Amino acid sequence: MRSDALLNEAVRGPSGPRKHRMLPSWVATTALLLPTYAWLTLAVLLPLLTMFVFSFMSATPMGKAPITFTLKHYRAFVDQPYLLNIGWTSLVIGFWTTLLCAIFGFLAAVALARATVGRMRETLLILILLPFWTNGLVRVFSWTMVLRENGFLDNVLHMVFADAGSISFLYTRYAIVLGLVHGYLPYMILTCYIALVTIDDAIIEAAASLGARWWTILFRILIPMAAPGLISGAVLTFVPVIGSFMEPRILGGKVGVTMGTVIEDQFTQAFNWPLGAALSFTLLAVVLAIFATFSGVLRRGAAA
Amino acid sequence: MNNITRRNTLQLISAGLIAGAGYSMLPRKAAAAGSITVLNWQGYGTDEAWSIKAFQESTGIEVVHDYYSSEAEMLTKLRTNPGAYDLVVLNAARCAQAMAEDLIAPIDYSKVPNISSVAENLRSNENFNKDGVGYAVPWVWGLTALAMREGLPKADSYAVLGDAAYKGRVALQDDAVGVIAAAALLTGQDMNNPKDLDLVKETLKGFKPNVKLLWSTEDQWNKSFAAKEFDVAMYWSGGSVRSKRVSKLPVDFVVPKEGGIGWVDGLGVPASAPNMEGALAFANWMIDPKFYVEWATKAGAPASSNVAAMESLPADDLSRQIHKPEYIATMSIMSALPDDRREAFNNLWQEVKAFYAE
Repeated sequence: MRSDALLNEAVRGPSGPRKHRMLPSWVATTALLLPTYAWLTLAVLLPLLTMFVFSFMSATPMGKAPITFTLKHYRAFVDQPYLLNIGWTSLVIGFWTTLLCAIFGFLAAVALARATVGRMRETLLILILLPFWTNGLVRVFSWTMVLRENGFLDNVLHMVFADAGSISFLYTRYAIVLGLVHGYLPYMILTCYIALVTIDDAIIEAAASLGARWWTILFRILIPMAAPGLISGAVLTFVPVIGSFMEPRILGGKVGVTMGTVIEDQFTQAFNWPLGAALSFTLLAVVLAIFATFSGVLRRGAAA
Repeated sequence: MNNITRRNTLQLISAGLIAGAGYSMLPRKAAAAGSITVLNWQGYGTDEAWSIKAFQESTGIEVVHDYYSSEAEMLTKLRTNPGAYDLVVLNAARCAQAMAEDLIAPIDYSKVPNISSVAENLRSNENFNKDGVGYAVPWVWGLTALAMREGLPKADSYAVLGDAAYKGRVALQDDAVGVIAAAALLTGQDMNNPKDLDLVKETLKGFKPNVKLLWSTEDQWNKSFAAKEFDVAMYWSGGSVRSKRVSKLPVDFVVPKEGGIGWVDGLGVPASAPNMEGALAFANWMIDPKFYVEWATKAGAPASSNVAAMESLPADDLSRQIHKPEYIATMSIMSALPDDRREAFNNLWQEVKAFYAE
């Protein structure tokens, strides 16, 4: 998020006075942005707006049923209190996924940025991205092969300890978080990596020569300076994770009931688009509220 | 040089396109006098190439297909394209809706001689009839009931889903209509309109200690069953035939005393059909035992509504063994749900799922 400001500065270089400008700068900016924003309006904003309108309708506007406007779908959390539990579950899953992604992603990025050079670094980056390019569904289903009873994990365990019981944890919350961490880790690694490579080696050398131990360097220098990457990675992970439905459904079995699966059910099974849309916008509001609450922390982190 | 090649290529491509377009239009125009357009799921019986070829040879009518990928889409296509279709495959639950919107026409049964051996129960089903007039030819049927691992005592009631002997060994279908139907039948209610939804909810919640898995696709069912993750499950009759025949899984299909949860697909003629005669001739062909036996044994099919067709299957045919004729009388058939009831069903199931997940 904020890292692109950094990037722009790096690309543009120090902005000096430019001569012979033909047009005021805003014209050029507008002209350059117009295609993008026109496309975004057409492809994202308008459909989103339609969904927003849908969320106030009494029924899906396809078919003969008369449509009236109503607010009842936004009362879903009051009428169906079990939704509160589901929402809370989703937030908890989102929290753990983001936390684990942050820890593993940051460490991986540090290793990538600090311990490797040249060809080796490129290869490792590609190795991290490679699974990311395969279909998400395939990756999630391959986890079921690993985690299920008598699956890959159990087989490996039984090769070592023949009499051990099953350590299968498919169809639990742990499996969901594992699948989600696997799915979103590359975002975190990449954002952290971009933030970390901009840190000057000289700073770390200086710290080391002044006697700083590795944990001092990590907590006093690397983490604060890479905070923009960590924060944008966290946002990129948290937001999609609380709306995810594929991983909970496949890896969670009967415990895989999250806001994402509830919304998906409304669209695919119940054919109740208005309720699905209303739940999505409620979720969006909750996410915005969370970010608003922590905006102070986020801004400080991003500015660091 | 470069330029010329490019121009040549362009010319070649456009010539090819024109020729292709002309070619594809020619035969259709020639046969337009006797053709029908069928609206169906892809790969679901009506579009078997050998059957269409034989049908054209014997009647001179060409069969063209268009497909839908959901029943809601099917209705939308009928509403927005009057005159485009001659025959449509619709589920009993959707048929009532299509009748109410005057999308399909009454059937002239004298043009469908094979109807004489179609099960009376299916013919007179309220979803296919309005004021004593039939609006669709019942075509194929199947049911959802229980599947159990071979060797276990065969359950005689849906109560097995809550039986403590199967703690953590049960799989339910992740489908609001299906699970509510099972719980409604178990509590002695009308599965299409249960009066006591709270009782249904409590019954479903009572299955919690047993429920290991909620399945939604046949593939998922087969994989989990093969991995011995569950022993008892709600399952489709047709699915159990495929699991046994294709995946060689040790499955017994059991229809409990409360009856199966049945579905019937019918063949309807859109009110705006340009070629009703041809459509009815094809509908007659579709319920003909000769076509059915070939379809069932070559490709695999649900049960035919035509009793004579089922009887002409080989006696040891799995599909024939599982789809016993008496089920037609004992099963309840899924019918259309009004919007508010559908919403209530879905909310109920969502709440039960949240309870299972706790």
